[in-house]
Amino acid sequence: MNRQAQAAVLFLTGAALLHAGFTDLYLRYVKAGLRPLLLAAGVVLIAAALATAWYEWKRARRSKGEAATAKAAEAADVTDIADAHEHVHREPRISWLLVLPLFALILVAPPALGSYSAMRTGTALQQPYGYAKLPAGDPVPVSLVDYAGRAVYDHGRSLGGRSVRITGFVAVDRTGAPYLVRMALNCCAADAQPVKVGLTGKIPPVLQPDAWLEVTGRYTTERTRDPVNHGPIPFLQVTAAKPVPTPHDPYDETWNN
Amino acid sequence: MAITEEAPPGAAAPQQAAPGTGKRPDQEGWHLSSPLALTLLLVVVVVLQGPIRGALSTPVMQSWMTVFVAVVVQALPFLVLGVLLSAAIAVFVPPSFFARALPSRPALAVPVAGMAGAVLPGCECASVPVAGALVRRGVTPAAAIAFLLSAPAINPIVLTATAVAFPRDPEMVVGRFVASLLVACAMGWLWQRLGRTDWLRPPAHAGHEGQSKGEAFWGSVRHDMMHAGGFLVLGAMAAATLKAVAPESWLRTAADNPVFSVLALAVLAVVLSICSEADAFVAASLTQFSLTAKLAFLVVGPMIDLKLFAMQAGTFGRGFALRFAPATFVLAIAGAVLTGAVLL
Repeated sequence: MNRQAQAAVLFLTGAALLHAGFTDLYLRYVKAGLRPLLLAAGVVLIAAALATAWYEWKRARRSKGEAATAKAAEAADVTDIADAHEHVHREPRISWLLVLPLFALILVAPPALGSYSAMRTGTALQQPYGYAKLPAGDPVPVSLVDYAGRAVYDHGRSLGGRSVRITGFVAVDRTGAPYLVRMALNCCAADAQPVKVGLTGKIPPVLQPDAWLEVTGRYTTERTRDPVNHGPIPFLQVTAAKPVPTPHDPYDETWNN
Repeated sequence: MAITEEAPPGAAAPQQAAPGTGKRPDQEGWHLSSPLALTLLLVVVVVLQGPIRGALSTPVMQSWMTVFVAVVVQALPFLVLGVLLSAAIAVFVPPSFFARALPSRPALAVPVAGMAGAVLPGCECASVPVAGALVRRGVTPAAAIAFLLSAPAINPIVLTATAVAFPRDPEMVVGRFVASLLVACAMGWLWQRLGRTDWLRPPAHAGHEGQSKGEAFWGSVRHDMMHAGGFLVLGAMAAATLKAVAPESWLRTAADNPVFSVLALAVLAVVLSICSEADAFVAASLTQFSLTAKLAFLVVGPMIDLKLFAMQAGTFGRGFALRFAPATFVLAIAGAVLTGAVLL
C-alpha cells in the first residue's frame, strides 16, 4: 500500500469514527463515556491523512525539481531514484486489514449484541450496594438491572408491592422459556454481559427473539438459576407488554457510575 | 500518468510486485497501483453490499461482527494516543534524554522503567508503539519491555477501575499493582540475561534526515498507525472468533479445581483480549472463581492477549513475539499465584 492509499485509509477510518461518534452508532459498540476520545481520534486520523497527502505532494514537487536538474543524466539513474522512493513508500500487506472495520462500520453497522450472545453467557447480576428510593408512580419505571437486583437480593421489599415497568429485549432458551434481557457493559461490547429476567403471567402469544419490549408487571418470588453459570434469575409477573423501538443506548451502563 | 490510471486491476497487481519497470520515470512520485486497488475494492463492496449483508445476517456472524467492530473502535483512540506519544518521542525527545533519565546499568533501568509505566494512562494498545519508539531511541530493550508490560496494568485509571470493581476486596488493587510490577521487572531481567538482539526487529523506519520536524512527526504517526492498526485488526478478528464460537460453560467445570481455575482464567484473559480498563469488571463477575484466579486474569490480560500478540509481532518481529508471549504468560501466572498466596 503506498502513501496515497494510506492517506485514503487513514482519512476514511477517521471519518468513520467521527460518523459513529456524532450519531448514536458508537453506542452499539462502546460505552457512552468513550465518545470524546473517539471524536478526538477521528480528528487526529484525518489530520494524519491530510499531512500525509500534503507532504507527499511536496515530495513529488521536490523530486520533480530534482529530476529536472538531472535531466542530462541517463534515464536509468532517474529510475533508480524512483525505485528508492518506491521502496520507502511500501507498508506491509497487513495494513490492508484496516479496510475491514471500515466496511463493517460504514456498510454493515452490525447491531448491538442480542439474544444469541445473551443465551450463551451467564447472567452477570451483581449485588447492589444499596437500594435508592423509587420515584413516585404506579407502575414505576425502573431499569431491568435495577429490578433484577431488588428482586434477587432484596426479595422485592424495596418495591413495596408496586408494579414496575422495565425495558429489554426478548431471548428464548432451549426449552422455549422467554426472558427479558439487557446487556450490561463496562467498556466495549466484548465485555458486555447479560442480566436476565424470566417472564411469567400474561406473556404476549408471539415472542420474536431480539425484539424490544416494554413490560409492566409485579414482583414474584419465583426464580431460577442460569444454566450457564448458576447465577440467579428473578421472574416478573407480566400484566402488560408492548413492543418499543430499540432504545438510544441499547446497553445498561449503570455499573460505570 | 494516464496509462497507469486506466490500467485494469489485473495490470495493477503485477506492477505492485515489480515496481519501477523503467516506464514511469517522470511520474511525479504518484504510484497509482494501490490507490486504484483500494478504489476498486470500495466500489465492489458498495455494489455487492446487499448480498454481503445477507451473508452476515446469521446470529453468529452478527455477534462476531459486533464484537470485532467493538474491539477495534474501543482500541483505536488508545492506539492513536500511543502512536502520537511514540511519534513525539521519536521526533522531539533527543536520545540523550533517556540516557540521563534511566540508570546506566540495565539491571537498575528495568525497575525504573517499570515504575515509569504508571504515568501512561491508557490501555495496552497505547504501550506497544511507545515501547517500539523507546527501543528505536536507544533505550535498552530490557527496560522497554518492563515498561511495555507494566504500563497497561499499573496506571492510575486501571487501578481506580479495579478498586471500583472490587469494593469489598481492596487488596485486589494492591495485588494487581505488586504482581504486575513484579512480572514486568522479571521479564525485563530475563530478557537482559537471555535475550538476543537478533530476535528483535524494530521496524525499518525511513530516516528522518533532511525532513522537517512536522514531516517526521506525521510520517511516524502514519507509519505506526498503518502498521499497528493492521495487527490490531488481526487480533480483534481472533478475539471475536473465539468469543462468538467458544462456549462459556466449560468455565464452570474449571472453577472447582484450584489449579485449573487459575489456568482457565489466564487462558480466558488471553482469548477475550479485553481492554485493561474494563477487565476488572469482567473478573468481578466471574463469581465462582477464587480471588487468586481473578488476580491471574487481571495480571495476564494486560500483558499478553491475542490482540497484543499480533501487535507485538508487528512491532518487534515474529521471532520476538513467539518467544516473548509464552514466557510472559508463564511468568504472569507465577507472579499472580505468588502474590495471591502472600496477599489474598
